[in-house]
Amino acid sequence: MASEEPLFDPSLKKKKKKTVVIVEDPLAADADPTKPAPETIDNTTVSGEKVDLGPTTAHELLKEKKEKDESLAMFGEFKKKKKKKEIPMDFGDDSSPAPAAASEAPVEGATITADDLDFSDMKKKKKSSKKKADLEAFEKELNDSKAKSKGDGEDDDEEEGEVDTSHLDNIDEAELGDDPFAQSGEAPVGLDAGNEPWLKSDRDYTYPELLTRFYASLHAANPSLLSSASKKRYTIAPPQLFREGNKKSIFANVTEICKKMHRQPEHVIQFLFAEMGTTGSVDGAGRLVIKGRFQQKQIENVLRRYMVEYVTCKTCKSPDTLLTKENRIFFMACESCGSRRSVNAIKSGFQAQVGKRSKNKTG
Amino acid sequence: MSVQNLNTYDPFADEGDPLGDSKDVNSPNDYIHIRIQQRNGRKTLTTLQGLPKQYDPKKLLKAFKKEFACNGTLVDDEKMGQVIQLQGDQRAKINSFLVENGMEKSTIKVHGF
Repeated sequence: MASEEPLFDPSLKKKKKKTVVIVEDPLAADADPTKPAPETIDNTTVSGEKVDLGPTTAHELLKEKKEKDESLAMFGEFKKKKKKKEIPMDFGDDSSPAPAAASEAPVEGATITADDLDFSDMKKKKKSSKKKADLEAFEKELNDSKAKSKGDGEDDDEEEGEVDTSHLDNIDEAELGDDPFAQSGEAPVGLDAGNEPWLKSDRDYTYPELLTRFYASLHAANPSLLSSASKKRYTIAPPQLFREGNKKSIFANVTEICKKMHRQPEHVIQFLFAEMGTTGSVDGAGRLVIKGRFQQKQIENVLRRYMVEYVTCKTCKSPDTLLTKENRIFFMACESCGSRRSVNAIKSGFQAQVGKRSKNKTG
Repeated sequence: MSVQNLNTYDPFADEGDPLGDSKDVNSPNDYIHIRIQQRNGRKTLTTLQGLPKQYDPKKLLKAFKKEFACNGTLVDDEKMGQVIQLQGDQRAKINSFLVENGMEKSTIKVHGF
C-alpha cells in the first residue's frame, strides 16, 4: 500500500499538471470566442493573442498596470496585493496541479465551468491561488474577498485593455468602473467555480478530497474490501430434520447450529421443547430426538424466534453476543456494541394432558 | 408551526416498558400465552394461559367455541391457574379475536412452531 501510493502520486500529479496546462491553453483560446459574447468585445478582439500569453506575461502587464494604477488612487490597495500575488504566481501554477491530483474529475469539471465563464474567472482563480500563497494577506483578503474580486476583475480588464489600447485608458477606466459591477453580478458564479480550484490549487488539502482519494486508492488496491464493506448477512445452516419411526423427529445438526450461535445446546434444546410443547432427548451422535412430527420449516421458525430472543442484540441487531448466567438470571452481553441486558428465562408453561393418562408418570 | 425539538418523543417507545420487562423476568403472569401442542396424528391442542382477571374464562371459552367451531375445556392447573384448552390449531384465530376485542397485541405471546 505505502509503496504503491507514492507511485500513484507522482504520475497523477504529472498527469494533472499536463491536464492543467492543456486546460489553461484551451481556456485562453476559448476565452477569445467566449469573451466576445459576454462583455468586453473591444479588449478581447484586439488582444486575443496577448490573452493567451496572459499568464506568462502577467508580470509585464501587472507592471504596466501598476503604473496606471498609481495614477488611479482608487486602486492603490490593489496594486500592492497584485505585487504579492505576482511573486507566488509561478508557485501557484506548479503547486496547483499537485493538490488537484486528489480529484481529477472535479478539476475537469471546474475547468469546464471555467470555460463557460469568462476569461476573467480564470485569472481570478490564479490570483486566488496567489492569495493563498500569501498567508499574511490571506485573512485580510478573506475579509475583503468580495471587494478584491471586484478589484481583480478590474485589474484583469485593465491588463487586457492596457496592453493594446493604451490610448483608451480613460474609456477603459470608465468601462472598468462598469465592468466590476457586471462581474460582481457574475462574481457569485465565478467565485463558486473559483472556490473549487481555489481549494485544489492551495497546499492545504481538504478532508473530503483526501477521503475520496483514500477510498479510491484503497478499493483499487484491494477490491476484496468492497464486498466486505457491504454487510454480510448472518447465516445459519438450515436445520436438518428426519423422521424416526412414526412419532419422532430427529434434528440432526443441533450442535452445529448451537456452535454457530455461540449458545449452549442445552439452552437451545430447552427453548425448543418449551416452545413446541414436547419432550425429547439427545442421542449418542449428538442429534436431538423430538417427540412428535415436525417439519424443517417449523423448527426453523422456532429457531428464528430463539435468535430474536436470545441471540441478536436488541440494541445493535448484531448476532455477536454472549449469554451468561448470574444469580439464576441470564444476561446477554453484546460483543460488538457492549450492551448488556437480562433475558427472560425459558418457561415451558402449561402442558396439557396428551395421550393416555396411564402412560404419564406425573398423571 | 410546531417546533420539532419541543415535541415529546419517547426514544424507547418501541422497546417496551423496561420496568415491565424486568417484571416479566420475575413474574410469569404478564403475558397471555397461546401455545400449541401436538396430539396423535395431525391433531393439535391450543392452550390459552395467563388470562387477565377481569375476563371471565367461561364466557370467553363459550365465545371461542362458537366462533371457531371447535370444542374446548377449562383446565384448572395448580401453577398456571385456569387455562382454556381448545381443539385444533386456533392460535391465529385466538390472537385476532383477542385483539379485535380490545386486548393489547403486545401482551399476547404466540408460541409454537
